[in-house]
Amino acid sequence: MSLSTKGTGARIARRRAADLVFTGFCVTVTVVALTALAAILWSLLTKGLGGLNLEVFTKSTPAPGSAGGLANALVGSIMMCGLAMVIANVIGVLAGTWLAEYAGKSRYGAVVRFLNDVLLSAPSILVGLFVYEMLVAPFHGFSGFAGAVALSLLAVPVITRTTEDVLVLQPATLREAGVALGAPLSFIIRTVLWRSARSGMLTGGLLAFARISGETAPLLFTALNNQFFSLDLTHPTANLPVVIFQFALSAYDDWRRLAWAGALIIAAAVLGVTVLARTIAKEQRRS
Amino acid sequence: MNTMTAPDFETSIAPIPASQMKLEVKNLDFFYGKTQSLKSISLGFARNQVTALIGPSGCGKSTLLRTLNRMYALYPGQRAEGEILMDGENILAPRMDLAKLRSRIGMVFQKPTPFPMSIYDNVAFGVRLYEKLSKPDMDARVEESLRRAALWDEVKDKLKESGLGLSGGQQQRLCVARGVAVRPEVLLLDEPTSALDPISSARLEETVSQLKVDHTIIIVTHNLGQAARISDYTGFMYLGEMVEFGPTDQVFTRPSTRRTSDYITGRFG
Repeated sequence: MSLSTKGTGARIARRRAADLVFTGFCVTVTVVALTALAAILWSLLTKGLGGLNLEVFTKSTPAPGSAGGLANALVGSIMMCGLAMVIANVIGVLAGTWLAEYAGKSRYGAVVRFLNDVLLSAPSILVGLFVYEMLVAPFHGFSGFAGAVALSLLAVPVITRTTEDVLVLQPATLREAGVALGAPLSFIIRTVLWRSARSGMLTGGLLAFARISGETAPLLFTALNNQFFSLDLTHPTANLPVVIFQFALSAYDDWRRLAWAGALIIAAAVLGVTVLARTIAKEQRRS
Repeated sequence: MNTMTAPDFETSIAPIPASQMKLEVKNLDFFYGKTQSLKSISLGFARNQVTALIGPSGCGKSTLLRTLNRMYALYPGQRAEGEILMDGENILAPRMDLAKLRSRIGMVFQKPTPFPMSIYDNVAFGVRLYEKLSKPDMDARVEESLRRAALWDEVKDKLKESGLGLSGGQQQRLCVARGVAVRPEVLLLDEPTSALDPISSARLEETVSQLKVDHTIIIVTHNLGQAARISDYTGFMYLGEMVEFGPTDQVFTRPSTRRTSDYITGRFG
């Protein structure tokens, strides 16, 4: 049978047209999405770069009209994000390991997995309110600790999920090979499986960090803000997202310029972390 | 032979003399949930001999192997009934210390399973679980194990490099070295050459033949030639049953059941 007898010319023409329309649609939508992203980055760069100078990193947030920087907010954000990541990694890695290695298809495991997925998409303002009720209202005061706890609550589900996913991907024979040598499963998990899955787990941690580093809503209810430089997490603590929120809405030009500079710093940090995560993931695939 | 007596259901299990018995399986049934995949298996494994288990896919040979070190216990819903005696002690007993049992019965898998650590640490991994050796003693143990797995000459200059960087055949011999390093009494091999090229396979077969001096070896294989070459005893399994078990030359040249002769002559399976 020759090719020319397979289907009529009209049918082929219709398929070509449909293919063209679909491809065209995909390209258009992609261009729209990329344009929006480029516009955001462009305004961030043009308005942020102007406000960026050494004082941004060395001086604390100023009163309107006087010179200042974002040093207190930068340090506060780093401290709270750091503490949040420590808390979230301990809980998230252990929970993800339990789900992957011990929970299996059990009912309890299924419930935990489902709740974790719900938390994964929980509105961050809700998490902020929850921590406000638990840690701020009873102790009559905003604090950096409460902020870190709120951020960690946002990071835990991400880390739990990625930990479970990368551990499930490890070949069953790797687990069995360890156990076959006479080691308890928990020992094999710590010495072999975590090591084998480490770049995937690291990627998950970095993505969780990227997620929480720009969160504003949970910090408004917990860490609030602080005009002064402070390393004390038991008091209200300055942080970039809330400072940006306040300064950007203000009527003062110098405050607004600082807000843009802060936004640029956060965007650059998230971009850096994402690139790092991708590089690590790529290396994992190569080995 | 009288075909009216339904020869398709005959079985022929040669006994192993008690003095040579290392492992004795008695009326073993195995279940994956509600599915029974081993049906009343009984046979013996002779000390310091190689026993091959052959049969078509899904016949239960890997399952039988995985009951011998109770690997199945990792998975809820899998259970074994009957008795498996190692030197007279029932390893299916609920009170059995599984970690200790598995240090006495080693296992090598179908696909190489090197751990993500150096070649040296791979071999030392199991040893460190049960013995506290000085550095020179450990070095000697690692070298001895790698030599016995016929890998030493290829890796002696890169012991600190990752085990993941070796070729497939080298990785599999690394797993053999890791298995023998803990000095198990029994070594279980689950299709150890099915993922290897012919040259690596031949080298691993040589290794197995040398290892029986110190270990009782049980090997599951799809390769009938391999079973004939390296084993002293052969068991043929079909649909969860042990159809025929006996000395390898006898099973391959004068099989006593119809199903065995059909399988080894290539009429099915």
